[in-house]
Amino acid sequence: MSDVSLSIGIDLGTTHTALATACVAPPEDRDPKSSAVDSAIRSAVDPSVDSSAASVSIFQVPQLVAPGEVEALSLLPSFLYVPHAQELRPVDTQLHRADTQLHRVDTQLHRADEDVAAEELRIAGVLARELGAKTPSRLVSSAKSWLCHSGVDRRAPLLPLDAPEDVRRVSPLDASVHYLRHIASAWSEAHPELPLSEQEVVITVPASFDPAARDLTADAARLAGLTKVTLLEEPQAALYSWLEQSQGAWRDQIQVGDVILVVDVGGGTTDLSLIAALENEGRLELHRVAVGDHILLGGDNMDLTLAHVVGAKVEQQRGRPLDPWQMRAVAHACRAAKESLLAQEEVESVPVVVPSRGSKLIGTSLRTELTWREVQDVILAGFFPPCEVSEKPHTRPRGALTQLGLPYAQDAAITRHLAAFLSRQVAAADSLRQTEQAESAAFLHPTAVLFNGGVFRSPVLRSRILEVLAGWVKQDGGAPPRVLEGADLEHAVARGAAYYGFVRRGGGVRIRGGTARAYYVGVERAMPAVPGMQPSIQALCVAPFGMEEGTTADAPEAEFGLVVGEPVHFRFFSSSVRREDASGTLLDWWSPDEVVELGEIAATLPVSGYRPGEVVPVRLRATATEVGTLRLEAIPQDSSGDMQDAWNVELEVRQQNYER
Amino acid sequence: MSEPRLSLFARMVLAWTAFFRTIFDAEFAASVRRIPLSLPQEAEEPQPVDEPADETRPRTTFEQVPVDAALILLGLLQRDGRFVDFLEEDVAAFSDAEVGAAARVVHEGCQRALREHFTLTCIREEEEGAQVTIEDGFDAGEIRLTGRVSGSAPFRGALQHRGWKVTEARLPQVAQGHEFRVLAPAEVEL
Repeated sequence: MSDVSLSIGIDLGTTHTALATACVAPPEDRDPKSSAVDSAIRSAVDPSVDSSAASVSIFQVPQLVAPGEVEALSLLPSFLYVPHAQELRPVDTQLHRADTQLHRVDTQLHRADEDVAAEELRIAGVLARELGAKTPSRLVSSAKSWLCHSGVDRRAPLLPLDAPEDVRRVSPLDASVHYLRHIASAWSEAHPELPLSEQEVVITVPASFDPAARDLTADAARLAGLTKVTLLEEPQAALYSWLEQSQGAWRDQIQVGDVILVVDVGGGTTDLSLIAALENEGRLELHRVAVGDHILLGGDNMDLTLAHVVGAKVEQQRGRPLDPWQMRAVAHACRAAKESLLAQEEVESVPVVVPSRGSKLIGTSLRTELTWREVQDVILAGFFPPCEVSEKPHTRPRGALTQLGLPYAQDAAITRHLAAFLSRQVAAADSLRQTEQAESAAFLHPTAVLFNGGVFRSPVLRSRILEVLAGWVKQDGGAPPRVLEGADLEHAVARGAAYYGFVRRGGGVRIRGGTARAYYVGVERAMPAVPGMQPSIQALCVAPFGMEEGTTADAPEAEFGLVVGEPVHFRFFSSSVRREDASGTLLDWWSPDEVVELGEIAATLPVSGYRPGEVVPVRLRATATEVGTLRLEAIPQDSSGDMQDAWNVELEVRQQNYER
Repeated sequence: MSEPRLSLFARMVLAWTAFFRTIFDAEFAASVRRIPLSLPQEAEEPQPVDEPADETRPRTTFEQVPVDAALILLGLLQRDGRFVDFLEEDVAAFSDAEVGAAARVVHEGCQRALREHFTLTCIREEEEGAQVTIEDGFDAGEIRLTGRVSGSAPFRGALQHRGWKVTEARLPQVAQGHEFRVLAPAEVEL
């Protein structure tokens, strides 16, 4: 800590990307008497001293807002538009001078990877979103949700899904690379002396991202030229941001024994985490004890549902269906109307006007109303219904031929997802004996709630979640949770990520926790083959729950025979509740609630040193990397265990045959 | 030419220092060379000899307001709030309800554009209608005295309008060769 240190956080969100910086003054500036070492020790002992010294700010990202017009905004909408060659004048798509240079470097990277033509122009940010509203077939959106979709090859050019033939599609990975590259070149242009490629960058991922999606995110950062990258879970980032903004006062609001529930409802995803405050050798420590499933459900779904209700009313009024552009305009108008209705309960209705598309505005615009009753029926009853804590999200069997598309949550009720999460994690309390959980608790009682995501700008929705939680806890004989106030709902994740970079250098209290899941590979059970029956499968634990970063786990008992030169596929499973399974544990049976199947993984032994076709016995070793990803390696049994002899197991296997 | 004219003594001091700096400071010399030898036209107009107010009343040159900035703003208001569409229509032909419905679109969008690009404050914080005192030395650009304007400061009167002031403007940057005159492109859906 001899210099002014800078750490950078990037929130690579489903709908928005943001960059924040945390700047830490050199210790001598703060206290000329103490040495750097003293100060580092001091900060380790009493983090609140230092936490006020990191100043966090949001970087304004220059982006095209209209053809030829550039504005610097705090959020870069995560949209990518692939314009037609004649759609825009070349002069109108230049972002900045460095762009052309960077573009050339990129394309080389790309060409090696995906063979994307150099001339191909792509636009990210506000202009992409605006152009895409009128030409959706050239718009890439929600690329992040595709990153976590194991049913498709996430490196294959898929998006936009319904693009015409002549549109050169991009892969979900490419889109993420593009957003990062946009933000990186904007940063590097503004701060040429501090190029982003040389900075320590923390990129956030949903806590529910599986190992393959985390790998892809790290890979996107690498392709964008970022070399010092660490991943951080978004709910943790939100809490870090809250810690930073409390300026040390958080110690008055969080006590030993607290269990903080982070409810993060973004544009496209709902992410849940539990973080406990524990005491260790007289100091308060924060432990992330559980994370929720990947739930593709967010604010955009709410706006869309509302738009359908209002759209139906308009169609009835004028007796003609709305065209797609008008439908989007309805959605846009509904979002604003919903926000003003959900801001205070007294308003009965808010007018919704859909402007005509032509230059005649008066007399041709469609006017209707969004009423409080509709918002209550659609948003409160649909997405935040009161429910019992024992309820589970409704599921319906998916059709045999699932179409290519995002696996959206089947139940829109966020409260039911929350109930299922808390009930499933009741055992997490056992590992936290210091927390004040009732003996007979049917679910894990949170004592504090931190909200994150633009949806919770609405006090009505915040209080609905709190009411529901309080009701559950009361039935169980507990005290209602309180709210951690003062969160910056839109920028918290980026801010927290930047602050985390500072915490990693010893600057403040750190949230511990390790991996939030245990991982298993499927092993065929040795039994006589029964015609017409799938061989039943056992699950072998290869990475136990709670692996701290930088640690490895070996499963020495289990051996696999790998055929040299041929990829061998494994079924891959994870569990967010089986905390006790050690590496090498073999499960014969499990309930679908506790163990879920992820995409396939594959191991390939290179031919070098072996004869092709030879079967080599290997064991598996898992490492929780410093970056925040999981690495699985196959180690030949005859080797001395050197790292050179370990072969990476691919966590993300290209799916060749999917329906289009 | 907004600065007051220099006295003879001040001009001599300036000539003296400029002489030496031109010799010893290459950069300064270069900037001296860039000074146009003939001053702008209006500066050469002979000063009326019998105008003693010359010292206190600086002469002003008038500048053309940049048209491009005005066009950008019009474009922004049109894009976000259909401003030009609305003003170019004949409202007389429609009912108040129809005009009102369209006005909502204009209001919502233009308000957003205004707030995104300008930070506004009121010049006076008092309630409109309240009695206020305007002290001597007030900025006549910010406060307009109306009605029975006579006597000397402090002035007392009722605040009629609180005034608006832009404390920050954030207009977009534009590429060279940007076509400012197009406020909204014609749209053709294929």
